[in-house]
Amino acid sequence: MSHTITAPETSHESHDEHHGPSGLLKWLTTTDHKIIGLSYTITAVVMLVIGGALAELIRAQLVTSNGHLVSFAQYNELFTMHGSIMIYLFAGPFAFGALANIIVPIQIGAPDMAFPRLNALSYWLYLTGSITMLLGFFTAGGAANFGWVGYAPLTSSLNAPGAGADLWIGGLMLTGFSAIFTGVNLVATIFYLRAPGMTMFRMPIFTWNLLVTAILILLAFPVLTAGLIMLYADRHFGTHIFSVAGGGVPVLWQHIFWFWGHPEVYILALPFFGMATEIIAVFSKKPVFGYKGMIFATISIAALSLGVWAHHMFTTGVVLLPFFSIMSLLIAVPTGIKIFNWIGTMWRGEIWFSTAMLMAIGFLITFLIGGLTGIYLASPPLDFFTHDTYFVVAHFHSVVMALVLAGMGGLYYWGPKITGYLLNERIGKAQFWFLFIGTQVFTFPQYILGLQGMPRRMAIYPQHPEWANLNALSSLGALLIGVSTVLFVVNIIVSWKKYPAGDNPWDAQTLEWFTTSPPPHHNFYRLPQIRSERPTWDHNHPEHKAIAHGHHEE
Amino acid sequence: MRQENFNDEVLIVSKVSAVESTTLPPQGAPASGRSWRRLRLLFIITFAGVLLSGCTLPNFGVTKGVTKSSVNVYHLWQWFSVGAVVIGLLVVLLLAYAFLRYRRKDDKAIPKQSQYHIPLEIIYTVVPIIIVVVLFIGTLIVENPEVSNPRTDVVVNVNAFQWGWKFAYPGHSVVVIGQTTQNPTMVVPVDTNVHINLTSTDVVHGFYVKEFNFSRYALPGVTNQFTFNAVKTGIYAGQCTQLCGLYHSVMFFRVKVVNQATYDQWLVANRNVSAAAAAASATALQNNTYVPSKPTNSKVN
Repeated sequence: MSHTITAPETSHESHDEHHGPSGLLKWLTTTDHKIIGLSYTITAVVMLVIGGALAELIRAQLVTSNGHLVSFAQYNELFTMHGSIMIYLFAGPFAFGALANIIVPIQIGAPDMAFPRLNALSYWLYLTGSITMLLGFFTAGGAANFGWVGYAPLTSSLNAPGAGADLWIGGLMLTGFSAIFTGVNLVATIFYLRAPGMTMFRMPIFTWNLLVTAILILLAFPVLTAGLIMLYADRHFGTHIFSVAGGGVPVLWQHIFWFWGHPEVYILALPFFGMATEIIAVFSKKPVFGYKGMIFATISIAALSLGVWAHHMFTTGVVLLPFFSIMSLLIAVPTGIKIFNWIGTMWRGEIWFSTAMLMAIGFLITFLIGGLTGIYLASPPLDFFTHDTYFVVAHFHSVVMALVLAGMGGLYYWGPKITGYLLNERIGKAQFWFLFIGTQVFTFPQYILGLQGMPRRMAIYPQHPEWANLNALSSLGALLIGVSTVLFVVNIIVSWKKYPAGDNPWDAQTLEWFTTSPPPHHNFYRLPQIRSERPTWDHNHPEHKAIAHGHHEE
Repeated sequence: MRQENFNDEVLIVSKVSAVESTTLPPQGAPASGRSWRRLRLLFIITFAGVLLSGCTLPNFGVTKGVTKSSVNVYHLWQWFSVGAVVIGLLVVLLLAYAFLRYRRKDDKAIPKQSQYHIPLEIIYTVVPIIIVVVLFIGTLIVENPEVSNPRTDVVVNVNAFQWGWKFAYPGHSVVVIGQTTQNPTMVVPVDTNVHINLTSTDVVHGFYVKEFNFSRYALPGVTNQFTFNAVKTGIYAGQCTQLCGLYHSVMFFRVKVVNQATYDQWLVANRNVSAAAAAASATALQNNTYVPSKPTNSKVN
């Protein structure tokens, strides 16, 4: 009939039994993308908790203008490792390792990733890289202390002599290779393992965004890895690539770092954009508005992101300002298209305010704030005086906290698919409000502090005791965010195997909701006909197909 | 323990003429084609008029500052803020309407599955492009004079180091050195273009004066040049904004803007202080705080 039979349904049991060991050995030896994806998810959430704990310490130190909770040296380690953990060990791996690993193959009807063993290697490199970086805390000199951007020559063997810096470099290289291998795997999977009928323009937005993300990874991460090798050589082999004394150029590090670092912003963001897109469509019971425009917007964001790295370097005085300014400003256009498409998707829909949908809406609003303040920073005169102040700190925390909101939405939305069980909606909604309000209470005082002239990375601010109130308010926001994380853990414990999900609890649209929850070893016993980007919806609601081009009547 | 060195407010003024005798000449604004210049003038007059009429707008958290450029930056900030508020409100109102109007009432209801509206999509692609171009033109109008280096006779060589500042006045044999909370003070005349040659001895530092609405990196191996024109006398706090190691949080300085007569008197009064004594106390201070010895940077001076 309308099904493409891939395996006789009667063979469920025997099919599963073919595969490998169980228990701990299963987790250690698996090449199944779903188990690897779960390992990624758990590891990334642990990193989120560790990074969050460091953030709470930072905020506790800043409650008063002359805080004595930690020393100057410890403070430098705290914010360096907070940033490093959150960007390198949480946000990235969570974006393209965790949910991508679990969902992308199922969304396109593939049995697994294209290179399952390489996929396992990616995870183990990520885990060992993370442990390597964290081990810095246990060395004599402490962890890395030069900021997550590690500007040369503060990273030289003279300025950062400890082993913590080397462990930071080593950890970053390992996770960098992990990212590159994941990028290779995603590109190969998406290009070669799509099910019959799944053309490129029938792929869900989440998969599209991961394809673009993977290509960005392949363009950007090797540059960072090369930079890290140069840095290591400078520190240990007597080269002078980043030191003035030997004829080197310190600012070269900033170019290399941001040539990776700005695409990295979109490597982090695009997967979460994809999550929000899927969630908003499903919980509005409508197709993604402007599906193709959305894809072209994603591609333009990625293309532009490769030409804007020096907007992080406006105040160096050694980059061409107008070029990088207009390129950065232009990114607002495709990003705006996305925001209007999200609104368009909700328009005339039937909006179901589930936890996942609330998280996606929270993402949209928080990202709007982060995006609008980002436009200021694309203008060099405005960047000059906000650069390295709390305005910038607030801007990128609005953005990354938006991503956390979308990621939590992703967990509430897709978690049931992979575990087979729903999370408690009541606790979920409480978690949302703590996270959403906490984020705004956390960032808004920082915007004001930045405009009042408070530089970032300050352990104390003895000359400005009047900043203490706003800092305390911001710390309160950080506390609320912390409570939301605790609620998430509580929810997992409370909901453990309590609410069976069924195959398609949300009346969702894309292919992953056609199979069982959790899916069988090779994901599908049968596939529906794939004639649009919503095969599951088309199968369940044959009379409600999307209205085609040019048939839109008012 | 860590703050014991910051108690004394010491201002060291010394004669170190040998080191500071050379300086980069300020650069004039580059010349461009005549017709382009005329066109640009038209643009500038139109947009500057609009920009500067922003006086009645709210300040959106930013002050006018005390330099010629900082006022322009303030107006640019206002116009960016107007755009941000309008677009932000538009999105929030659309969202609020959608949440109230399209809230799910019936589990089984399925809305119309419309997916495209090409004219609407074109509108919200083209309109943002126009907005971006306008913001970019405004940016250029404020940025070009801000980063130009008009010719001037008042030059200060600013050197940042771990963890303090040195302000040298080439041709006047005056040098101010101070570490961290000593607040070394750079004295400059009011209503005059002051040209800064900014360097760093060791790592990247940030020269930031809040009231100037401006900051610039001090990079090792690079001489960064910029010019400001303070229009108000007073003492303005500044500090390092780029993470530079252990005492980054307390790498303070001040800029004291005085009238021309006071400035001239100050230069003369500080000309003849014993160089030896100053150098000795500078060394003593360096030894009090742990400053690792750095290789001499041959490119800077």
